Amino acid sequence: MATSLEALFIKTRSENRAALIAYIPAGFPSQQGCKNAISALARAGVDAVEIGFPYSDPVMDGPTIQAAANISLQGGTGAAEVFSTLNFANQAGLPAVVMTYWNPIERYGVDRFAQEIARNGGSGVVTPDLTIEESDGWKLATQAAGINSIYVVAPSTTDDRLARVTQRCSGFVYAASLMGVTGTRTTISSGAQSLVDRIRKTTSLPIAVGLGVSTREQVRDVAGFADGVIVGSAFIKILLQARDEEAGLESLSALAQDLVAGVRQGR
Amino acid sequence: MSEILGHFESYGGRFVPEALIGALDELEEAHNLALVDPEFQRELKHLHLTYTGRPSILTEVKRFAVHAGGAQILLKREDLNHTGSHKINNVLGQALLTKRMGKKRIIAETGAGQHGVAAATAAALFGLECVIYMGEEDTKRQSLNVARMKLLGAEVIPVSAGSRTLKDAINEAMRDWVTNVDTTHYLLGTVAGPHPFPTMVRDFQKIIGEEAREQVLELTSRLPDAVLACIGGGSNAIGIFHAFIPDKQVRLIGLEAGGDGIETGRHAATITGGSVGVLHGTRSYVLQDENGQTVESHSISAGLDYPGVGPEHAYLHDIGRAEYRAITDDQAMAAFALLSKTEGIIPAIESAHALAGAINVGKELGPDAILLINLSGRGDKDVQTAATYFGIEL
Repeated sequence: MATSLEALFIKTRSENRAALIAYIPAGFPSQQGCKNAISALARAGVDAVEIGFPYSDPVMDGPTIQAAANISLQGGTGAAEVFSTLNFANQAGLPAVVMTYWNPIERYGVDRFAQEIARNGGSGVVTPDLTIEESDGWKLATQAAGINSIYVVAPSTTDDRLARVTQRCSGFVYAASLMGVTGTRTTISSGAQSLVDRIRKTTSLPIAVGLGVSTREQVRDVAGFADGVIVGSAFIKILLQARDEEAGLESLSALAQDLVAGVRQGR
Repeated sequence: MSEILGHFESYGGRFVPEALIGALDELEEAHNLALVDPEFQRELKHLHLTYTGRPSILTEVKRFAVHAGGAQILLKREDLNHTGSHKINNVLGQALLTKRMGKKRIIAETGAGQHGVAAATAAALFGLECVIYMGEEDTKRQSLNVARMKLLGAEVIPVSAGSRTLKDAINEAMRDWVTNVDTTHYLLGTVAGPHPFPTMVRDFQKIIGEEAREQVLELTSRLPDAVLACIGGGSNAIGIFHAFIPDKQVRLIGLEAGGDGIETGRHAATITGGSVGVLHGTRSYVLQDENGQTVESHSISAGLDYPGVGPEHAYLHDIGRAEYRAITDDQAMAAFALLSKTEGIIPAIESAHALAGAINVGKELGPDAILLINLSGRGDKDVQTAATYFGIEL
């Protein structure tokens, strides 16, 4: 059976457009605040959400997501809160995946984690620091649970390795637009498109581009060559800078609507 | 034992962003070539002879040994190396590799500052740009070493995230590396991190044990009964243990930082008080909570204040080849004072953990025993911490 994420990409491909995927850490800015943000994103027309499992040592993340993860961890977010947020997104009708560094999965139990994702209506998990060499157990666990396993590839990934990584992927391939950590950038690296082109030669899976994408113009450009556009830090920055939750949600909705329009102008 | 893909059975491996795989592969290849390249080995040996001051000497400490059951106690004097610790062994090896890989910039993390000083030294010697990441808390505890690094031409970046100690300095160094991997080598200071670091750093540190084994045999005509070393990430310990691993009759004892005591939760004794997990790219023992979040470690010694440990130690522990014990801050400081007053050698507080372990092990084994201790560093950098601890007015 196709996951709701896979169904989404079938739909957006038939509409000849890219999907807009929003990233937010569970428990940020608060447990309920995160759920309110997900509702706002759904209303604005975002296609899917990536729910972050906040982690103490996020080496792939820049200052914005680090700050959000800290707030979330101080608010007591753990596996239970991540699954509850996932369940909420699913109820809101959004295809949802969890993005997590590897250790929380290993600590929870690899098989149990995959089963809980499925039980809460999640489509899959993005694992930015799980290398394919270490992924045998995870492959079996995700297959048994019927969820997608999504790996992140980078501009430095060789063609040969791209083929091996994308073979382990299901749902979509996450293409990091640049060499670096998460965070907004003023321009999208030209490396993003050439990476997407190289990935296409290895797989027919949808490809979503993330890292440094924050404005409508950037979203439009990426939507021209990718199947999905992932925006995280730009949304989080808004919530971090908002004077209160209500104002934050309002600005979040405005940006989401803007990006939803951008994703439809790409082609 | 399988070291395929950098595994020590289930430990080790690579848990890193895909962006770093190319650089890790490149490093592994450069290291493998260097291992069999006589020119590389000649160059490194020459540096150790004319710059590091190797071989480091063995010192018998008879007055100290009186307090350790009268055992014969031999110190491997890594504290006498240039820059004051064993860290220079690894740094010179990796700096040579950096040159071979054509990279012009090195980054490094440091806790006590020993590795940072060593890295800054090698950068000066080889004409490399050098950035050192150091937890803000540690820059205060080790201000003298911060000044040393700056004098050597390095840029020191205080890291204010998380616990503001070594673990956070490593996070920040890894972020820098992901961003600048084309031009930059991450000169990791210990036997942790993703493959090939645990094996490569061990290969550069194992000279300690190779020298010491010969020196002990020459001096005493037999192998020691026990070899002791302090453990943070575990580089000086693996360095002195490695040559003795096949000598089954030699006990290998690692002394972890017990901080205020394991029972208080305020410690850095990863093997004694932690559980299996993944941190900084490798699977090993980790201090973590039920959600897999890293728990902050505590130790009077900045160099041992790390919630992880090298994967080879996890392996040696599990197969029973090495034993790991915890030494509290107070036990370490008592040994620090004892060695200073009985032998005229001020040890690094890190190394004082090994000395404290020797006091116990010496009493257990009795006067016929021979104990070899890795005195991994000197205590000049710790004078301020020790003065505060002992209430000496500065």
